Amino acid sequence: MSTLDSKIPPGPIDKKWTDHKGHIRIVAPANKRRIDIIVVGTGLAGGAAAASLAEMGYNVKAFCFQDSARRAHSIAAQGGINAAKNYQNDGDSTYRLFYDTVKGGDYRAREANVYRLAEVSANIIDQCVAQGVPFARDYGGLLDNRSFGGVQVSRTFYARGQTGQQLLLGAYSALMRQVGKGAVKMYDRHEMLDVVVVDGKARGIIARNLITGEIERHGAHAVLLCTGGYGNVFFLSTNAMGSNVTAAWKAHKRGAFFGNPCYTQIHPTCIPVSGTHQSKLTLMSESLRNDGRIWVPAKLEDAKAIREGKKKGSDIPESDRDYYLERRYPAFGNLVPRDVASRAAKERCDAGFGVNKTGEAVYLDFSAAIERYGKLEANVKKIDNPSKEKIIELGRAVVSEKYGNLFDMYENIVGENPYDHAMKIYPAVHYTMGGLWVDYNLQTTVPGLFALGEANFSDHGANRLGASALMQGLADGYFVIPYTVGDYLADDIRTGPIDTKRPEFDAAEKDVKDRINHFLNNKGTKPVDDFHRALGKVMWDKCGMARNAEGLKQAIQEIRAIREDFWQNVRVPGSGNAFNQELEKAGRVADFLELGELMCMDALDRNESCGGHFREEYAETDGPQKGEAKRDDENFAYVAAWEWLGEAGKAELHKEPLTFEEVKLTQRSYK
Amino acid sequence: MGNMKLNLKIWRQKGPNDKGQMVTYPVNNVSEDMSFLEMLDVLNDDLVRKGEDPIAFDHDCREGICGSCSLFINGEAHGPGRLITTCQLHMRKFKDGDTIHVEPWRAEAFPVIKDLATDRGAFDRIQAAGGFVSVNTSGNLVDGNAVPIPKDDADKAFDAATCIGCGACVATCVNSSAMLFVAAKVSQFALLPQGRPEAKRRVQAMVEQMDKEGFGNCSNTGACEVECPKGISLEHIARMNREYLAASVTKE
Repeated sequence: MSTLDSKIPPGPIDKKWTDHKGHIRIVAPANKRRIDIIVVGTGLAGGAAAASLAEMGYNVKAFCFQDSARRAHSIAAQGGINAAKNYQNDGDSTYRLFYDTVKGGDYRAREANVYRLAEVSANIIDQCVAQGVPFARDYGGLLDNRSFGGVQVSRTFYARGQTGQQLLLGAYSALMRQVGKGAVKMYDRHEMLDVVVVDGKARGIIARNLITGEIERHGAHAVLLCTGGYGNVFFLSTNAMGSNVTAAWKAHKRGAFFGNPCYTQIHPTCIPVSGTHQSKLTLMSESLRNDGRIWVPAKLEDAKAIREGKKKGSDIPESDRDYYLERRYPAFGNLVPRDVASRAAKERCDAGFGVNKTGEAVYLDFSAAIERYGKLEANVKKIDNPSKEKIIELGRAVVSEKYGNLFDMYENIVGENPYDHAMKIYPAVHYTMGGLWVDYNLQTTVPGLFALGEANFSDHGANRLGASALMQGLADGYFVIPYTVGDYLADDIRTGPIDTKRPEFDAAEKDVKDRINHFLNNKGTKPVDDFHRALGKVMWDKCGMARNAEGLKQAIQEIRAIREDFWQNVRVPGSGNAFNQELEKAGRVADFLELGELMCMDALDRNESCGGHFREEYAETDGPQKGEAKRDDENFAYVAAWEWLGEAGKAELHKEPLTFEEVKLTQRSYK
Repeated sequence: MGNMKLNLKIWRQKGPNDKGQMVTYPVNNVSEDMSFLEMLDVLNDDLVRKGEDPIAFDHDCREGICGSCSLFINGEAHGPGRLITTCQLHMRKFKDGDTIHVEPWRAEAFPVIKDLATDRGAFDRIQAAGGFVSVNTSGNLVDGNAVPIPKDDADKAFDAATCIGCGACVATCVNSSAMLFVAAKVSQFALLPQGRPEAKRRVQAMVEQMDKEGFGNCSNTGACEVECPKGISLEHIARMNREYLAASVTKE
């Protein structure tokens, strides 16, 4: 009954992409000039796609809500980008990268897409080097690698702790080259507010000029959404303040199915919430878990005393500390994957052992590492019988060398020196694996509407591995869409320019204007953020790190109530014909209020635990894996693709079965 | 919420053609754990509840990397503190009862859009003039390791490339010069073999665009380097000057 055709090419997995590229239709150079493409979003996926398509000869219009294409949130990625180059001669290969990614996604990703991702990964590095991206290099002048996220090879390329920035500036420079040539027309400070569908095909967008407030119509033969993830549905996340679901959600409401909305990644090492004023959460690199030990007090009274400021972490003797990851997962200890580490922190804090005034923080303690490094350093420096102070002094220098910038960042935000006092951390929303459902060509269920990068659902299954987000964004933008979009556009060489005076554009523009007018004329009493915060709290408490049927059902009711309150009581000051940041926020929160409900519906439907989706009812009940996630491959090895049925909370579930021909499904164990 | 009380004097300007003025806003309940932008969020929340127009300011990542946030705070780009952006500035740097002046970037090439938000599109146009390596997307480029690059050069190119394009250098400069921004990009590519083939063309095109945009000249005061949140070195300006001179005296 499925209406979903994933269009996975036939043939052996390592030949699919090559054969597919060789057989799909292409558009001749002279005809490309007659074709217009809209790219929404200028992060890694959108920047790379817009530049590449313009180089090929298409007319491209690129849109971003930021004041410059260079500011898309890809810029904030720290760690690195994976590529199967095998420069370290450690046995890496396309197959191994593919395998690690499918397994890391807890067997909920589409094999053919992931294989292609691994296949083009090496091209990405070559492309970026040619653009002048200054990757880290060794003394021989060759590219350096590090290992990341628990995989067994060193395949991560990096540019200090700013890899996302450097890759994005590479894509941005390629994009600006095309802007300079006039091949891309850049619309910054523009927000897409609807997709226009004509005769079943995406033929343009409605966008708002954020400076003048003007509502604009833009026609095109294809529309590419490269608009990132929806982690800000939780209000607090590591996403940028402006990151939003609006473009993807409008597409959903125009017929694009939404894939696996409940798959969200919660990152274990973030700086905890300090108060109600908090606007965002800051990630502390995962690398800290290599040397830091995570613990909470073993006694409830100690935890209480710490929360009340009567004791400090350093007052708790070693015997009264609970190194809970080392206790629960002796094999991996503090280096368990992100989802496992996050859930374990929540479990301890829920049980009352949290160590800051909100009760939601655990210690990440470097004192053991400082002492260990100090002793080693004393040996190296031939210091006999070093004093304890000397050891600590030497050890601190080593830790500072390795993590100094992160310690500074922590001290700057928290106002406490992490060398003297153990760091406090807590998990935070970081990435969304779900997104618009796309086929192998990255096309959504609306013909002519494509989704790339974090905005689509396709490659990470239920859990994304570190350093894979950058890889996917650039793979989609540089090496997949330039080929696959041609297959669709081959029918449009005689279409001619899209007429934006058509009634479909009239209708879409009217919808957009009506909504803006509603906000401005509502004259409510509460600012937008009130509703966003309330939604975020429901999502975090009931659709966050651990979920259960009862809680999800409550969440749906609560979200509906917040939504109703929002439409009645939101206050948006100012005018629609001017720069109005409250108005921008209102539109985004309105969409989050609908998405949140769908996420809960999806989480409720998935009666299993996999990757970032943990349902408390579906955990191992006995044996060595007691309490761990229990996947159900027999009943849930599918992509959940939701179809909008005209109003929030009404959606039909379509299932794309996932078949695994290359990889054998096993349980992930870290004991 | 905390208990610091502050007296803010903030630049309000309805649009590019409005004259604009400083307006005083008392803010209570400020916690020292708040970032400067979160303190402004609190003020805006209050203004919206009172039915007044909130203060417009640019911001996005709030972790010091996107380059959106700006603000001239008490006469310093990104406020007190070194090597941080405004979003990384926390209220513990201030004292209860302080008066804080908040203004937008002031430069002819960065016109005010509203209040504290300015138009920095000039930077994009400079980049479009030549801030790139002319290489098309292709799956058949040479291997990334085919051309070794000395680590020292790669590291220096990286240092230059960390520029976030915030415009603090321009706002700080007495002449509103964009030399540090342009030099960082020129320098990044000049140091890498991939950037050499079009080095002359690049530096000339970018400098020409910089002049067209109305940025001032560099008089080597070095203030830009001090206020740069990423610590971009003046050495890059020296390198750009050498590149520019070489491009001017040698024929294509």
